[in-house]
Amino acid sequence: MQSSLLFQLIINGLIVGTLYGVIAMCFVLIYKSTQVVNFAQGEFLLIGAWTCWWLVVQAQWPFWIAFPATFLFMLIFGILLQMIVLRPLIGEPIISVIMVTVGLSIFFQSMMKWIFGPWPQPFPDIFPMKSVNIGGLQVQTPYLMSMAVSLVIMVSFAWFFRYSRMGLAMRATAFDQQVAQSLGISVKRVFATAWAISAMVSALAGVVVGMVNGVSSALSFFGLKVFPAVIVGGLDSIVGAIVGGLIVGLIENLAEYFDGQWLHLGNLYTVAPFYVLVIILMIKPYGLFGTRKIERV
Amino acid sequence: MLSSSTQPCGQFRTSYGADTTLFPTPFTRGALLLGLILVGLAPFYLRSYGLNLLIQVGYYSIAALGLNILVGCTGQISLGHAGFFGFGAFASAWLNNRYDIPVALTIPLAGVMTTLLGLLFGIPAGRLKGLYLAIATFASQFILEDFFARANWFTGGSAGSVANPVSLFGYELAGDRSYFYVVLFWLVVMYLAGSNLLRSRDGRAFVALRDHYLSAEVMGINLTKYRILSFGISSFYAGLGGALYGHYLGYVSDEGFTILLSIQFLAMIIIGGMGSVKGTLMGAAFMVLLPEATGAVAGLAKTVLGDSPLLSTGLAYLKEAAIGLAIILFLIFEPDGLAHRWHQIKLYWKLYPFSH
Repeated sequence: MQSSLLFQLIINGLIVGTLYGVIAMCFVLIYKSTQVVNFAQGEFLLIGAWTCWWLVVQAQWPFWIAFPATFLFMLIFGILLQMIVLRPLIGEPIISVIMVTVGLSIFFQSMMKWIFGPWPQPFPDIFPMKSVNIGGLQVQTPYLMSMAVSLVIMVSFAWFFRYSRMGLAMRATAFDQQVAQSLGISVKRVFATAWAISAMVSALAGVVVGMVNGVSSALSFFGLKVFPAVIVGGLDSIVGAIVGGLIVGLIENLAEYFDGQWLHLGNLYTVAPFYVLVIILMIKPYGLFGTRKIERV
Repeated sequence: MLSSSTQPCGQFRTSYGADTTLFPTPFTRGALLLGLILVGLAPFYLRSYGLNLLIQVGYYSIAALGLNILVGCTGQISLGHAGFFGFGAFASAWLNNRYDIPVALTIPLAGVMTTLLGLLFGIPAGRLKGLYLAIATFASQFILEDFFARANWFTGGSAGSVANPVSLFGYELAGDRSYFYVVLFWLVVMYLAGSNLLRSRDGRAFVALRDHYLSAEVMGINLTKYRILSFGISSFYAGLGGALYGHYLGYVSDEGFTILLSIQFLAMIIIGGMGSVKGTLMGAAFMVLLPEATGAVAGLAKTVLGDSPLLSTGLAYLKEAAIGLAIILFLIFEPDGLAHRWHQIKLYWKLYPFSH
């Protein structure tokens, strides 16, 4: 009984962890190419999920149209956000940039609650809810699907950065903005693309989570879990983000297991990742895969 | 210094003391005294609504000044100020309930306890800076929130704890009118202390640390010491403000000290002006008045457009959104805050009508 519970929690941890990994990857994408720490990452999930929900439930669009429409909306949203809010702040002190994303986070979160209400709304069943038996465990199909979607996203990210023209331009910009600009890369366009991709992929994750748990403001908590994940993996490493996401997902579920079995403290599930964050910052501030910054006078 | 350009002609400073004085001209001293007397008489001409707002401005601005010393002057970003604010509120109630120390004493004692906590958190934070510090303090906010919900012996857990009113020489200073003077006393003391700190050796070290920490270190400033010191001082302000908040409400619950409050404190100093003592007060007043103004606008919209659930039940969300919007707009259009705008207005009138 106990070992099967542990096994179930580990599977849960891996599934949630891949989602964290995808969101952390979006976060790292923005940080790497534009040097902005995005505290509004969770709100991208929220906005994407609500948009898709609204198109399917209120506007009665079929899902296969509503889903690409959500993507298109997030594309425009990401570009506009970068152009209107983030571009004037290029070159400002780090506190201003952090605070503007914090402000965006509060603004969008409360606007979403204002428009759609604070209560969770279920998605209509688009895919049949079945359970699949894996090694004696019942795993629901949406979870499997989210795992598959996450893996597809990760592979396409890897392809994008390795082979596509835009991906190479983004890596060049992340390496050195001035050099990239002098080689004819439009840094403005790279910045806008980074925000657009990040918003779109986050929205995809938001729709997947919304299908399983229902759409509510709780989605933005995923944005908070990004921080432990990226600190564990290293702030500027895409691979680190995926590994960090998996680790955080596992830690959460293992904390719940230990708590339930022996400690009985209650609610360890939510804070455990933040303790890990502080410990990692103390002993290895650049994470597992991050580049060490060496300062010379 | 920016402010020197608004000084009248013929003011010569012949010593360092004269250059760093708090009141460069007799007029500024007089204006401040007059303003204090006007504010001090507020209980005689304000209704309880206005008095309530003034008290809120009082305790929030004390805590915000602490954050401004940390963020605006030392350049250490903290996203966990509400945790320290809450710790002060609980500490004061705990000292009073548990050890029967009179509330008049527990308020500064709570500040001291919060300082110790701040120094504890400051030791690891002394090693981090910029972005990493922001994320670490972000985590500390959640850890402290979790502690408040968990530590029954200290906070009363989910039930919260009772904070008794202040009593001095057998008189109970309950009610808004008398409590207003308690807050005003601490406001004046803490603002004087803050202004004096910034023109002292330690204050200059903070500013040097913010502007260029490598040069500061080369000049012999101990970075770790001053980073931790700054954390401690800022926690003292937060704890004291929190204690005043707790004894004003009479009841402290663990739900009041969320990340949103931390962000509101940061908003106060950004809107007021980073590193400006005067601006902190303006920013705190702005942040207290903003939800009231949002409510008033929503009320107006209700009479014009008719009632709708978006304006009645959704009002709380509108107020939150207004906070976020204020932060974004100020950062884009007025990054130096209200203190800078105030200075511009003063310059305009000084040079009027020939502003060039």
